[in-house]
Amino acid sequence: MIDTPASGNGMWGADLPLSAPRFESVPALRDALATVGYLADDGLAGVVYLADRLAKPVLVEGPAGTGKTELAKSIARLTGARLIRLQCYEGLDESKALYEWNYKKQLLRIQVEGTADAGERRAGWNELEEDIFSEEFLLTRPLLEAIRATDPVVLLVDEVDRLEIETEALLLEILSDYQVSIPELGTVKATQIPLVFLTSNNTRELSEALKRRCLFLHLDYPSVEREREIVLKKVPDITHELADQVARIVRSLRSLDLKKHPSISETLDWARTLVLLGIESVDERTATETLHLLLKYRSDIEVAAKELASTKSGAGLVGSGG
Amino acid sequence: MLDVLTGFVSELRRAGLPVSVTEAADAAEAIRHLPLEDRQAIKYALGATLVKSSSHWRAFDTAFEVYFSMRGPQYDIAEDDASNRRPNDDNAAGQGRGEGRGKGEGGGGGEAVTPEEIAAMLYKALRDGDQAVLAAVARLAVGRYAGMEPGRPVGGTYYLYRTLRNLDLDGVLARLVAEAHSDEGPPGERSGADGDAGALPGPVLRGLSQGKLTALEQRLLEDEYKARIDELRREIEAEIRRRLVADRGVEALARSLRKPLPEDVDFMHATREELVQIRKAIQPLARKLQARLARKRRHLRRGALDFRSTMRHSLSYGGVPAEPRFRHPKPTKPEIFVIADISGSVAAFARFTLHLVHAIAAQFSQVRSFVFIDGIDEVTGIFERSETVGEAIHRVNQEADVVWVDGHSDYGHALNVFWQRWGRDVGPKTSIILLGDARSNYHSPEAWVVKELRHRARHVYWLNPEPRSYWGSGDSIVEQYAQFCDGVYECRNLRQLEGFVEHLV
Repeated sequence: MIDTPASGNGMWGADLPLSAPRFESVPALRDALATVGYLADDGLAGVVYLADRLAKPVLVEGPAGTGKTELAKSIARLTGARLIRLQCYEGLDESKALYEWNYKKQLLRIQVEGTADAGERRAGWNELEEDIFSEEFLLTRPLLEAIRATDPVVLLVDEVDRLEIETEALLLEILSDYQVSIPELGTVKATQIPLVFLTSNNTRELSEALKRRCLFLHLDYPSVEREREIVLKKVPDITHELADQVARIVRSLRSLDLKKHPSISETLDWARTLVLLGIESVDERTATETLHLLLKYRSDIEVAAKELASTKSGAGLVGSGG
Repeated sequence: MLDVLTGFVSELRRAGLPVSVTEAADAAEAIRHLPLEDRQAIKYALGATLVKSSSHWRAFDTAFEVYFSMRGPQYDIAEDDASNRRPNDDNAAGQGRGEGRGKGEGGGGGEAVTPEEIAAMLYKALRDGDQAVLAAVARLAVGRYAGMEPGRPVGGTYYLYRTLRNLDLDGVLARLVAEAHSDEGPPGERSGADGDAGALPGPVLRGLSQGKLTALEQRLLEDEYKARIDELRREIEAEIRRRLVADRGVEALARSLRKPLPEDVDFMHATREELVQIRKAIQPLARKLQARLARKRRHLRRGALDFRSTMRHSLSYGGVPAEPRFRHPKPTKPEIFVIADISGSVAAFARFTLHLVHAIAAQFSQVRSFVFIDGIDEVTGIFERSETVGEAIHRVNQEADVVWVDGHSDYGHALNVFWQRWGRDVGPKTSIILLGDARSNYHSPEAWVVKELRHRARHVYWLNPEPRSYWGSGDSIVEQYAQFCDGVYECRNLRQLEGFVEHLV
């Protein structure tokens, strides 16, 4: 598992240990995802499929609540892999993301040595140094853990855009070569290539170096048909008509100029509430009364309530120019 | 295939997308793993490897449609259009190709398709939301109305316009809505009962309400029809593009379709559509800027040694001050005065700058805005009272009192009035940003105002949306102001504007 540093790396990752492909084909992957409760479109399934074949991480970007994290979880469920999650935040550093030396244990070890005779101590210094920088004193953090795992794992690096731009560099070695260099120890290489997902809410531009190493997947709000399917799948006891109506009202809301558009998870919350309330078809009154489940800003709710009850005149909606 | 791919990659680069060699190699590797005949899969593979920003997707999409369009004799413009059928390529991926399809309109077609028939088909297709029929209508309509001529070097927009004008979509939409009012749902028959992946359910609201529709239902219905009409428009665009590729070749068409990315669009020459794009881009930009600036402020250079804190932390190392602690300096937040020319020629630029500055107002201790044409008015209050910045901008245009004599820019008078009314509010913490092209219609420049402001304020900046080479030509007097400013910046697009705002904080 551990070898000396500075072993050459093939430019396209040719010397990586190749694991057997996990997924057979794009449609097969999509169907498989549906069985674990994640409805993917072809694009999404295609990118995940490629990520497996090319042994590359996937950078998933999109508005909040479109199922970015859920994708990684579902893949883990589907492949029966362990999900290792690294939640990023400002100020995250090496010792929390990669590895840390267990310095308390090291101190103890040194002290034990210190109680021995002075002459012996000098002679044993080299030995001691080697000893305290061995795997026994290494605390693994999520990234290293994912690399060292011998069982199948899915690594999820959540909200990577919260990292400072300097800290991003931590990820680069892992993402391109699936290895971690520890100065005192050497390079730890992956025995098998984990599937890696990075999610971003796009609050800042990620560095070129990071983006270059990843496959890029933009998750947007789903189409009406897909959203309806998701509602049907995730909300038990909902009728087809109600799900259809929910999906289409949400689409109308997303076309408005709001501060925050309703996300998929909010759609689901709303649909569940409607079912609980025993509502079979949404009219203006129920829609207005339950809007606060979909929209989280007062001004948005007011705008939406006004808009839903009004009809636009047909003329002028379709511009003629291109 | 490799030739096509390299051509495609260089086209993306010409369109301004940063595509590295590694990414191109990844793309080549990626398509090896996919069935070549699955066009949709190839598209996503290329997108995932080559495009790393969602704002670039549009440019990628256009280039892809051109380079990987369906080719073959059936797209030749000169040929009789109605008589041939193309494989249905761009809905459901992985669909069996080659098998001629698109008899969706129920044996219509043929040589002589009258406008009435097209209109009837269009109406039916929109009402039922039948994807296959929509595609067929698009094909017929382009053949019939676009009037495409081989070798003519016009862009696709012109043909699109001609086609849409003849289809009268507004009228159709009105009719659809009107019909939904009168009866409780379209008659049961649905043409082309094929289970297409993209096909929408036909009678949308049947069963939900009998008789009259409520306002909500009608609203939903309208949105549904609008979505279908957008679908149709995309079909028509794709059809036109396919024919243009067949006629003029890939490279020539790609060149004429190439559009600048939203952040590179010139404010002064943006079309209406581009302005909408910029407006969409500005919100995320402001959010990003806000996050980045807040972060920068916190992580600014460490200050002087904090002795107390160092001592306290040394306790955990047995009294050895192993971990020195520093005070965090608290940089003062600047106070911003924006003075913007909102006359016609530079209105868009002023609007975007005001939008951006107010969107990140939290980064400043105070933001005050003034707008002028030949008179000047303070509009800070409007921004404070409005819910969103967009709404405020809209109200500024209506409520601000900016016309003094004739509504032509007069920088001299505007600055003069500013100095008299608000000059004493300018203090040593104030940064003043002047926005405008400094084309003052040969009025007196009154540059001394800027000089006085410079004395009082911390900084005076001038942002000019004109290219630098035009400065000082004609009635532009930016040079006269420039000598008293701390900096005069060319600010023609979002990218430059973003750079300036970051520099400001």
